[in-house]
Amino acid sequence: MAQILAPGTVAPDFSLHVTPDQKLSLSELRGRPVILAFYPADFSPVCGDEMSLYNEILPEFQKYGAELLGISVDGVWCHEAFTKDRHLRFPLLADYEPKGEVARKYGAYRDGDGFCERALFVIDGKGKIFWSYRSPVAVNPGADGILQALEEMPK
Amino acid sequence: MATLKVPVTATDHIQGDEDAPVTLLEYGDYECPHCGHAYPIIKRIQKHFGKQLKFVFRNFPLSEMHPNAEGAAEAAEFAGAKGRFWEMHDGLFENQDELGEPLYVALAESLGLSAPDLGKALMDREYAPRVKSDFLGGVRSGVNGTPTFFINGQRHDGLPDYEDLVAAIDARLSRAPT
Repeated sequence: MAQILAPGTVAPDFSLHVTPDQKLSLSELRGRPVILAFYPADFSPVCGDEMSLYNEILPEFQKYGAELLGISVDGVWCHEAFTKDRHLRFPLLADYEPKGEVARKYGAYRDGDGFCERALFVIDGKGKIFWSYRSPVAVNPGADGILQALEEMPK
Repeated sequence: MATLKVPVTATDHIQGDEDAPVTLLEYGDYECPHCGHAYPIIKRIQKHFGKQLKFVFRNFPLSEMHPNAEGAAEAAEFAGAKGRFWEMHDGLFENQDELGEPLYVALAESLGLSAPDLGKALMDREYAPRVKSDFLGGVRSGVNGTPTFFINGQRHDGLPDYEDLVAAIDARLSRAPT
């Protein structure tokens, strides 16, 4: 299994679709913390799936000025439907073409399965990974690690 | 492994023997169908373990998804402030399909609580800080959906079904000092 990128590593830049006609680059967010949350797939059949949970916790992330980005191999149309269904208030990135390319760069792609790990990265304002964590794919990691990292990150 | 960051204290809603060797704590949402499903399971588990188990309930309303979850949690806290938390809690889960102020009022009245006081508490969001504090403590403890259970402070990552919870509690009991 690939190792996810460790703290201290420069976070690989990317430019991915967030809507059918809009792209977002990591480098655009320089100057504030970024939470990059890789997850296997839209529409997990549970209440309080990882993205919905983070949506509820969004105000806590925003207290640290942090930007939350969800990322999976689902396409923009799927993300759009998922966002609408769960009332998500943060962007979902489509790591769709070439499939999983960004996830691979972060060591967060599951080759046999063809989808992302549940991997979290907290990236500082200079674009360096401050904290990273991979959860077993069936276990939603929650947000405690993210909040602790944001708290410990030097301002 | 996620651990409970906010210890159980006297301000919590606690059922069962104070000195029980195992504490089962649920972060739950009154509108969440999985919590509704877990509700009778918890009753069975409490019966099964008797004095060996105490049960604690904390609020984790997923308000973006469940528009009635917050109001229901505040209504339960209103009853809790009057010493009738568990009756309200049970009433809410047993009537999960009817969540809304008419239900809260009916339940309050059946418990001999003042309906106007309840209405005012909901309007003033009197118990919102308590619910919020439960929610934030849950976030800090790694609550990852509803229901999330902690057994003696360790998050239970297994299924929230009867067999799995009983096995996890048994494992704790065999390790607990007698």
